[in-house]
Amino acid sequence: MFNETTSRRDLLRNVALAVTLGGLNAEAAQHVHQAAAVEKATTGIYKPKLLNPHEFQTMQRLADLIIPADEHSKGALDAGAVEFIDLLCSQSPELAATYTGGIGWLDQAMGHRYQTNFVASKPDQQTEMLDLIAFRKNDSPELGPGIVFFDWARKMVVDAYYTSPIGVKDVGYMGNKGMSEFKVPAEAIAYAVKRSGL
Amino acid sequence: MQINRGGPVYDVVVIGSGAGGGTTVKVLTDLGVSVALIEAGPMLNPAKDFKEHMWPSQLPERGAGEGGGVYFGKGPAFGPFLAPNGYWDIEGEPYTVAKGDDFRWFRSRILGGRTNHYGRISLRFADYDFASYSRDGLGTDWPITYDEISPYYDKAEAFIGVTGTKEGIRSAPDGIFQTPPPPRVHEVLIKKSCDKLKIPCIPTRLAIITKPLNGRPACHYCGQCGRGCVTASNYSSSQVQIFPAMKSGKLKIFPNSMARELITDGAGKVTAVSYIDKDTRTERQIKCRTVVLAASACESARLLLNSKGPGYTNGLANSSGVVGRYLTDSTGYGISGYIPALEGRGRYDEDGFGGMHMYIPWWEWDKKNKTFPRGYHVEFGGGYNMPGVGSFHGTCRSHEGYGKSLKDAIRTGYGNTIGLSGRGEMIPNENTFCEIDPQMVDRFGIPVLRFHFKWTDYEINQVRHMHETFTNIIETMGGKVLGLRNPERESAGISVGGSIIHEIGTVRMGSDQKASALNKYCQAHDVKNLFVADAGPFVSNPDKNPTLTICALAWRTAEYLAEELRKGNV
Repeated sequence: MFNETTSRRDLLRNVALAVTLGGLNAEAAQHVHQAAAVEKATTGIYKPKLLNPHEFQTMQRLADLIIPADEHSKGALDAGAVEFIDLLCSQSPELAATYTGGIGWLDQAMGHRYQTNFVASKPDQQTEMLDLIAFRKNDSPELGPGIVFFDWARKMVVDAYYTSPIGVKDVGYMGNKGMSEFKVPAEAIAYAVKRSGL
Repeated sequence: MQINRGGPVYDVVVIGSGAGGGTTVKVLTDLGVSVALIEAGPMLNPAKDFKEHMWPSQLPERGAGEGGGVYFGKGPAFGPFLAPNGYWDIEGEPYTVAKGDDFRWFRSRILGGRTNHYGRISLRFADYDFASYSRDGLGTDWPITYDEISPYYDKAEAFIGVTGTKEGIRSAPDGIFQTPPPPRVHEVLIKKSCDKLKIPCIPTRLAIITKPLNGRPACHYCGQCGRGCVTASNYSSSQVQIFPAMKSGKLKIFPNSMARELITDGAGKVTAVSYIDKDTRTERQIKCRTVVLAASACESARLLLNSKGPGYTNGLANSSGVVGRYLTDSTGYGISGYIPALEGRGRYDEDGFGGMHMYIPWWEWDKKNKTFPRGYHVEFGGGYNMPGVGSFHGTCRSHEGYGKSLKDAIRTGYGNTIGLSGRGEMIPNENTFCEIDPQMVDRFGIPVLRFHFKWTDYEINQVRHMHETFTNIIETMGGKVLGLRNPERESAGISVGGSIIHEIGTVRMGSDQKASALNKYCQAHDVKNLFVADAGPFVSNPDKNPTLTICALAWRTAEYLAEELRKGNV
């Protein structure tokens, strides 16, 4: 039998290794394999499963507008957000209808305003539209379907982004590592207590 | 049915492998008794089945489930990362709910049952919880006292490992504790807020070990207890009790075996258990000297009600008619708050336990004349959790918009929201019970349960009190309550019955044979070789989670059973 310190350290090393490799078990390994395939597809040419090329492009533009790259990190495009949405749409007729219908509505609305579809319009025309449909306060019979659609697009782009390694890093989640002792930084406690007025 | 076939006769057949079954198996095999364990689900292989340490990005659907089921409230309960085989709905194994009522029944068909994923909250019932009728005239007193069960709390805690500190609070008796982890930053704020409000807030009592115990390594603080722990550093009956018992040579496990009926000799003794081998849908039997039901409160009641014969036409061990009655669940209510004081505190690994590091025990236990007679405890959530599908839907709703401002808002707000959840005592009422549905059977032909469930004003008023308390705690630390659940409305936002997964009481114990199914050792009044070791025997469901008491009571029952076997009394 190992002494406890040794076995514990080994354990944590195994845990860390498992996390690094994603190879904790056969099932996990299979998922890693699948995820890798998805990533490969994103870096190469991803073949959309449900969205047609125009719809896929429209979602790419929307994803880039919802979570853009900034000085801290890359954006939703690099995080595979559209591939995520396309994959789920391919598994769910309900979701597919939400996206194909939403994009259809968006193009028609852009056509009425600017005589062009969403991807082909100018950036300021695109943001003018989003400034309307990205807020519940603008709800009206005219904009209602767009607001509902954008709510779906926003939350799913956000989900895809923050579940990606890029997004995890962007918010600064530092866990899923395992530790030998749980500690809380004293300065973080002092800081929050002071600000709370308690 | 009274056909007896060949095969060995086991000293004890245990039905169900959760907290009650696991504890029974552990205690009996330690005492040298031969046990057959029937489990309705498959064997567990933690290395293969648990998704501990896995990132959402390792799943193609990122944890949203097939077809984005999470967005539509479908798919595996609590998402695809939870320890396996727990469902609100099991295909081919339905239950029904009476018209106008609402009830949800969570079942976990796998070795270890719900202990593979449960919240690990381990609270002793208080001395007065065993005599609540004597205190306020509601419900029924237990046939045992705190002093009678206390030694078994000691045994259970010492064996499974429970954290805690000696506090001397009457509503939350002290036990055999391991050192709890220190509070997270938001938990320090909650504690300080509670101090101002004169509400106790004490270190957590969870079945997670911070020091090695019986060959199990200490917790590695990844925060994922609900996914199942590959190092068995938290309590699950599968890993902590049943796997070790398998090495004793005294235990034979029958997985994928759905108990259908108890067979008797016509003279008041169970002689065999009839079950369905799920793989082949074939009926089989195991012969026994004694039987212990630990299938969960409602499944055990179902099995008794479905076991009928001459002289017990309304179910076995049910001459009192109480089987299925006195069903309760804990009350549940939760709100969250955004805490600006937490903004900008820096980033660090805040995973810790898969659960809170502090909690609030009930503090008004000695007050009377309240609009609600029984109490609740409070659990916390918050901190820098692993981002997952849905983590930032709240920010999407509150901030709206898009682009860099949304990204900044998510970055700024991450880790600053806390959640407070109350879990309180429900008083049994005559409108809440389960019975056999007269029309429906499951895919094995076994008649299913029909549930009736109604909260009363006692519970609704309690939940209103939770709302006020939680609002005060959040606002005292400068926070803002999010997403009000409208406590003004009739139901006050109380949880759906059954959804807290603390269903108990359907095969209750008591000293009066006319008003209870079991005696003070959880032995059937009518059938001396029949015992119940899940939450079915509970007479009340205090403001404490049931699992620790299931373990303690099962331990006591198993010791009594072994002694009765030795004496030849059963």
